Amino acid sequence: MWLVYSMRVSEQRLTAASFEDLAMPLFDQLYNFAHWLTQDRAEAEDLVQETYAKALRGFSSFQAGTNFRAWMYRILRNSFLSSRTGLKTMVVLDEESGDSLPTEKVTPEVLFIEQANREIVQRALAELPVQFREILLLCEVEEMSYQEISETLAIPIGTVMSRLYRARQALRTALRAKIEGGRYGM
Amino acid sequence: MACDQWRGDLDRYLDGELPAAEAAALAAHLRTCAACSGEVLERVQLKRTVQMAGSRYTPSAELRNRIAKKVGSKSKSGIAKGWRLILVPALVLVIAAFFLTGYIGQQRAARHRIYSELADLHVSTLASSTLVDVVSSDRHTVKPWFQGRIPFTFNLPELAGSDFALIGGRVAYLEQIPSAHLIYQIRKHYISVFILPDRAAEIKNLPSGTADTLSFHMETWTQNGLRYFVIGDASEGDLQRLSKLLRDAG
Repeated sequence: MWLVYSMRVSEQRLTAASFEDLAMPLFDQLYNFAHWLTQDRAEAEDLVQETYAKALRGFSSFQAGTNFRAWMYRILRNSFLSSRTGLKTMVVLDEESGDSLPTEKVTPEVLFIEQANREIVQRALAELPVQFREILLLCEVEEMSYQEISETLAIPIGTVMSRLYRARQALRTALRAKIEGGRYGM
Repeated sequence: MACDQWRGDLDRYLDGELPAAEAAALAAHLRTCAACSGEVLERVQLKRTVQMAGSRYTPSAELRNRIAKKVGSKSKSGIAKGWRLILVPALVLVIAAFFLTGYIGQQRAARHRIYSELADLHVSTLASSTLVDVVSSDRHTVKPWFQGRIPFTFNLPELAGSDFALIGGRVAYLEQIPSAHLIYQIRKHYISVFILPDRAAEIKNLPSGTADTLSFHMETWTQNGLRYFVIGDASEGDLQRLSKLLRDAG
């Protein structure tokens, strides 16, 4: 199962030298995530460096049996949240109860998604509130399970589902607006 | 209504988070409901679009080296100087490994994209009103239908005595290469088989074996210069049996 990227670390693997083995394969993905969060190359580089420095320092307190990947992403995200950009961009999301997901009928919109080229999608993603952007990236690009996302963002699984749902709805709306705007030359 | 009941589960189904029994029941519903299949297609498209657009930024080699150095030196700080003789070649290997990691990352992304494309083709075919262009359970009808439509030929297995039924075929395009797309059925599950020349670089480099994508099982291999992909929501065992039949025929 190549899509499932499990990084539960056993006691045996948790040796002094294993940080490098565990952390460096995540480098490309962490950078991509950092750049999406900060929207700036220099800031993303600083954020990744800070993440590795903090993780290396805290590795002795990392508990065997927990998810290493989620742990690394959580460090990166917390560092981002406490940065100037992070403080500016995070918005307060309301009503994140996972008890009842909306079940409204959405008409199939295959055509408009097919029309959305990569650049339009990237612009729409970049303009989403950062909480929506990050959860979409963790789910679709990093292919994290709901459990891993829950560990990374420190939110209950019910909230993962409802936030993911709202993030997808927000992206659809943004894409539709961009495509229709483009079509009518607005 | 049944559809209302399922709509709330579609995202969890496509994210691979629905328990197996519920996923199987939803899959059964999708085969009979055009509205929900259309909905699934739209959501698969959105997932794939985000997946492709989201893998956007690559770090500089300079940053990689800087961090690798920091991480590496910390791990090795307690090691006696005499070990340097061993560590220098090891470092060379580590650097080579970084390049290899980049290469593997690229390979993984390419593999991912192709598998997603196959899953899309499979789902969109099942969602369309005309499942296949040549409707026949007779391999001697289906195989000749492809003559003149695709630039290669292939053999199809005799299914007598097996649980599999051939539904028909159509022409599909993968990586802009015309491909034979065959639909088989086992019990209530549809399975897509894609056959195409193994010439596109990204397809050529795919490893043989099994994989899972968007909760579909997949089997792929190369035989006589052709690449085979078998994908569907049937059990892994079913896919392997059909793959064996195809291998033996090819």
